[in-house]
Amino acid sequence: MNPLEIDASLNPESPTNPALDPHTHPEHTHDDAGNRLFGFIVFLLSESVIFLSFFAGYIVYKTTALDWLPPGVTGLAVREPAINTVVLVSSSFVIYIAERFLHAKNLWGFRVFWLLTMAMGSYFLYGQAVEWRGLPFGCTDGLFGGTFYLLTGFHGLHVLTGILLQGMMLLRSFIPGNYDRGEFGVVATSLFWHFVDVIWIILFVLIYLWQ
Amino acid sequence: MTNLSVDELAQIEQPLPGAPNNWQRFFSFSTDHKVIGIQYLVTSFFFFLIGGIFAMIIRGELITPEADLLDRSVYNAMFTMHGTIMLFLWTFPSLVGLSNYLVPLMIGAKDMAFPRLNAVAFWMVPVFGVILMASFWVPGGPSQSGWWAYPPVSLQNPTGHLINGQVLWLVAVAISGVSSIMGAVNFITTIARMRAPGMTWFRMPVFVWTVFAAQMIQLFGLPALTAGAVMLLLDLTVGTSFFDPAKGGDPVLFQHFFWFYSHPAVYVIILPIFGIFSEIFPVYARKPLFGYKVVAISSLVITGLSGIVWVHHMFASGTPGWMRMLFMATTMLISVPTGIKVFAWVATIWGGKLRLNTPMLFALGGLVMFVFSGVTGIMLAAVPVDIHVNNTYFVVGHFHYVIYGAVVMGLYAAFYHWFPKMTGRMYSEGLGKLHFVLTLIGTNLNFFPMHPLGLQGMPRRVASYDPEFAFWNVIASLGAFLLGMSTLPFILNMIGSWVQGETASKNPWRAIGLEWLVSSPPTVENFEELPIVISEPYGYGKTEPLVANPDRLEVAHESP
Repeated sequence: MNPLEIDASLNPESPTNPALDPHTHPEHTHDDAGNRLFGFIVFLLSESVIFLSFFAGYIVYKTTALDWLPPGVTGLAVREPAINTVVLVSSSFVIYIAERFLHAKNLWGFRVFWLLTMAMGSYFLYGQAVEWRGLPFGCTDGLFGGTFYLLTGFHGLHVLTGILLQGMMLLRSFIPGNYDRGEFGVVATSLFWHFVDVIWIILFVLIYLWQ
Repeated sequence: MTNLSVDELAQIEQPLPGAPNNWQRFFSFSTDHKVIGIQYLVTSFFFFLIGGIFAMIIRGELITPEADLLDRSVYNAMFTMHGTIMLFLWTFPSLVGLSNYLVPLMIGAKDMAFPRLNAVAFWMVPVFGVILMASFWVPGGPSQSGWWAYPPVSLQNPTGHLINGQVLWLVAVAISGVSSIMGAVNFITTIARMRAPGMTWFRMPVFVWTVFAAQMIQLFGLPALTAGAVMLLLDLTVGTSFFDPAKGGDPVLFQHFFWFYSHPAVYVIILPIFGIFSEIFPVYARKPLFGYKVVAISSLVITGLSGIVWVHHMFASGTPGWMRMLFMATTMLISVPTGIKVFAWVATIWGGKLRLNTPMLFALGGLVMFVFSGVTGIMLAAVPVDIHVNNTYFVVGHFHYVIYGAVVMGLYAAFYHWFPKMTGRMYSEGLGKLHFVLTLIGTNLNFFPMHPLGLQGMPRRVASYDPEFAFWNVIASLGAFLLGMSTLPFILNMIGSWVQGETASKNPWRAIGLEWLVSSPPTVENFEELPIVISEPYGYGKTEPLVANPDRLEVAHESP
């Protein structure tokens, strides 16, 4: 075939184009799983703008505020939050392994690594609670207090949501055949978890490293 | 039956297979995008009437220079609630309703991508409407800080109660935001993934393009407003100090959050109106839309630019000079893609054989009003003019020409144009034309006087004014009452015609578009077999058919 000759069936208006045959064309509008995943990614993009707005607010306050740290506060301890960060970021790899196990139809492998992700997320929340309890300032103590609790609290709520979603997916794995027809819930929860992790990395740099 | 012309297709009278024989479904939790669309339209029109009554109360106060009709705090609450209702409970939901009804039909889909999410998003609208209206019964009454809720005014809470008008306002706006983001996810997924075979991006009607562009703004802009609203709510209830200057906070930062979304929000409502104009002019001028692809793409250009213009609302907020220049330039730049659309519409109408039915009259009226508001918009984009007329009635006049002149008129055009499709009945042309004449005169009487008033220096948001401003204020108030009256023939027409109007064929306007290939009203599933699209959407005067399988569609809309 002459390379310059275009296959007639590729012309969208050609009568031989398979897309024009109503009997062979798949009804792509009923790809529900694909739609849900696409919609979920679109939602996460929107969600990231809320965090970006909070980050922008934090940067504006940090660079312009006359009184930034509350009186008597010199800075935040970095060691414990850094350990917390390592745990949370590692959990992104663990949840990926869990997903691979599910994909390979190894349900027990999935459950073990999925549970491990939940445990790491819970440890992160516990570490944050311990940190909050030991801090010498509250959310009404100036701009730093307000933004600190707003950012870490809002992120913490997302971690909690992620753990609850993971709990749901874990329970569903005990329903026989639940994941035979697709794993949208697991894939979405996993995506959400990666998203929460990436947000934390930015947050950690902004709040703890840039003091 | 494969090669029928549009005219021949229009001749085939159809029964009403999807007729709303059961009106209760409009009050139920339906997942049919057409039912949800009409639910949105009726609910939002109800709030339009409430917001309109508030507007007439405001204009009633302003008919005399003294503040003699209302207590000043009630007056403040009136303009706050008027603005909030008209934006969040009328223009947004009505356009979402119209989009909900039309988008799946226009792209050849059987429903939206997420029907249940769609229904939930709709039912949040009456919920936040009730929360907003409930603020009339809490201590201190509704919010008085304007629809923009600037701190430190919005941080005042003289009643000391935790539940106050401002808190309810913020909660209502937050729910509205969640509902809109759900809607945006649904629309973007539907348009990106649910198009019928052969419906490429450049075979999509411009209305669908504009809905896509507008929903992108919702998706990426609304979270910024939500962030600002959450911080303001924390300031009000918990006692943080984000925006409270007395505690070191920065009230101007709130303005950035607010306008980063709320200026693009103007495009969220005007873009679908551009889409409506682009659908209506070719039909009633019997010509293809001039420069279809450029018109389609310019919607996305507007969306892109809309993200970098917000500071023009803050030229007088202590913004440094270099930033004013930058945002003056970006604001003026946005008139380029907008102007392209205007020229395309004029070129479409040019030399066409115009049919001046009610939808066309409203579209033409809306276009003229929009051009006028565009001129004053460019004036306001210029920093020196903006500083001069900042916080005067000139600004109020400008945006009411956009919102009432272009958006409301465009909405009316759409209501009349797709009324036969939605109801299977024809509206009364006489009542429609009366409605148009009253609206056109009322709009200009009401909003034109605001321009000279503003240039003379009359401030906005005031209940009393210097007697030298009385003349133009009386005219504006008379125009407002006329506008209020103008809705009566519309209501009469819509309800009366729906109940006992003449039966409409499936394509009374001989229009080209997938929605006109199915019965009026469409069946629950829209298309029993999906259409296979083979040409561009505006082939007026051309011979090629729009779809490859019209005979199969015939089967679909003849079935009961």
